[in-house]
Amino acid sequence: MTRVLGLGIPASPGLAAGVLARLAPARPTIRHAGTPADEAGALRAALAQAIADLAALIGAADTDAADMLSFQLAMLEDDALSEGAFAAIEAGEAADSAWCDALDREIADYRAAEDSYFRARASDLEDMRARVLRALTGAAELAIPAGAVVLGADLTPSQFLAADWRQGGAILLTEGSAQAHVAMLARARAVPMVIGLGVAPEGAREALVDGGTGRVVFDPDLDDRARFTDALAAAQRTAAAHAEISRKPAMTADGTMIKVLVNLGDPDELAELDPAICDGVGLVRSEFLFHGRDGLPDEVAQYQAYHRILTWAAPRPVTIRTLDAGGDKPVPGLTIDAETNPFLGTRGLRLSLAKPEVFTQQLRALARAAVVGNLRIMLPMVTLPAELSAAAVLLDQVVAELAAAGIPHARPPLGIMVEVPAAALTAGDFGADFYSIGSNDLTQYTLAAARDIGSVARLGDAGHPAVLQLIRATVAAAVVRGVDVSLCGDAAGEPGLVPALLTAGLRSLSVAPVAVGRTKAAIAGVRLP
Amino acid sequence: MTTTEMLTDRAELTNLAGLHARPAVKLTQLAKSFTSRIEFAPSPDGPWTDAKSPVKVMRVKAPMGAHLHFRISGADAAEAMDAVLALVRAKFGED
Repeated sequence: MTRVLGLGIPASPGLAAGVLARLAPARPTIRHAGTPADEAGALRAALAQAIADLAALIGAADTDAADMLSFQLAMLEDDALSEGAFAAIEAGEAADSAWCDALDREIADYRAAEDSYFRARASDLEDMRARVLRALTGAAELAIPAGAVVLGADLTPSQFLAADWRQGGAILLTEGSAQAHVAMLARARAVPMVIGLGVAPEGAREALVDGGTGRVVFDPDLDDRARFTDALAAAQRTAAAHAEISRKPAMTADGTMIKVLVNLGDPDELAELDPAICDGVGLVRSEFLFHGRDGLPDEVAQYQAYHRILTWAAPRPVTIRTLDAGGDKPVPGLTIDAETNPFLGTRGLRLSLAKPEVFTQQLRALARAAVVGNLRIMLPMVTLPAELSAAAVLLDQVVAELAAAGIPHARPPLGIMVEVPAAALTAGDFGADFYSIGSNDLTQYTLAAARDIGSVARLGDAGHPAVLQLIRATVAAAVVRGVDVSLCGDAAGEPGLVPALLTAGLRSLSVAPVAVGRTKAAIAGVRLP
Repeated sequence: MTTTEMLTDRAELTNLAGLHARPAVKLTQLAKSFTSRIEFAPSPDGPWTDAKSPVKVMRVKAPMGAHLHFRISGADAAEAMDAVLALVRAKFGED
């Protein structure tokens, strides 16, 4: 329990102190099968574990979730579900394969049902199969205790989202990347995060984390704690100053007004957000709608979500990005699994144009929501002007159908996200109603450094001259064409990069809600030539 | 009443989704509150399903409009029959 210092790469700023919670390995361990008696015992124990976990979840769930889970619980408690697996174990089969085979047969039976309601229950059985399998292989689903400092090799977005961060806590990863989505989530929720720590001391119990510098003190002594308390007090003073400035319009030292908008990943973030701190919403990541357990959202569910955001922001503009699935954001049943390099594959608009039935449904919901407020549609991962044109044709079709059906609607401006270097270099060739530079992907594509590979994370610098040159090219095209241009990546929320972005000609930045104050403070310190 | 006597009766499934997850759980929970053997089938000739097993009840995949034929034997068979028929006719408290 001696004090150990660690230095990693800062991924999300902020100070935190807490008890360490180590992550279980992400992959299930391979089981070695024992005698039939051992295997039967293992399956019985796994079923008991799964039932206990479910019962605990039901206690904490809201009514709808509890109903769904109660069905799973009743099924798991029924011996009829597992009798096939126990029979196979008796015949020499290992517990995990016996369980999977038995459930697979049951799932296939549900999938073959005539009634769509029963077909849909197949996913419940898949959930049960996975839950018992996790218990059997020891790859127990990760539960992050509230307020803990999580320590592991990597963390998935779903693991992050499943945890309660309201009581503090931090994330320490021995690997990881600042550009990974989990890091973006951590910054958005103001959870301090340090990545690329390499090795972490075995047996350490506690840690002090400075997400801004990447410094970590494991098992701190009294001096460390005193320094941490002082730093925390100073950080709180800065936070108070940022909160003050966030309510005022952003202006540089020479009096140039800059628009500061917010990025949203989930409408639930709106509850604790005052629209007065921003000039609008520069990016709504519509993927949140596609990650529910009920499969793809229908038009009504999408319309309601867009309606809520537009109403919150009105009369400020809201730029909603169409589904940006693929890359490191797979959507079951939609994205293509087998691509060897998904970041260079069928993602963003490419996927939407390949799945016009899903895309037009989203466009319909957007066109209907456009009557509620100031909506703009942004297309992700555009490479060629022809892709924008194809999307515009679909939008026009949708608008014509809505008009013919007498459904209230409007045709929102259609812009592109500039994140492929080719699009930045030829921005003037696109008939876009606006440009929004996606600095995260533009950086990784320009510097050929994947955002989710820790060992090349240091190469992914949005302030690199090559990235800034592409930003200037996009701004120049926007000026020539007389359309709006903004930047909506993490670079906008990094105080150190703000001067370079404004010097490149940008006058509109969209940042995570937690970064509004520090971005406005950084803007106030810039004197433009 | 002796335990060898078998009661039979039937009720129509009128709730929209048929004998789906929530109704199946409710039916099995109700059935398990009786000591009698409670079975049902889509026709008077079977095949018969144990009404106390949610897994088996779900396998029947009975849709709206189907008739559930019950056969019940045991000490509390009469009460059990009244209760299960009432549950089905009340659409399992749904819709």
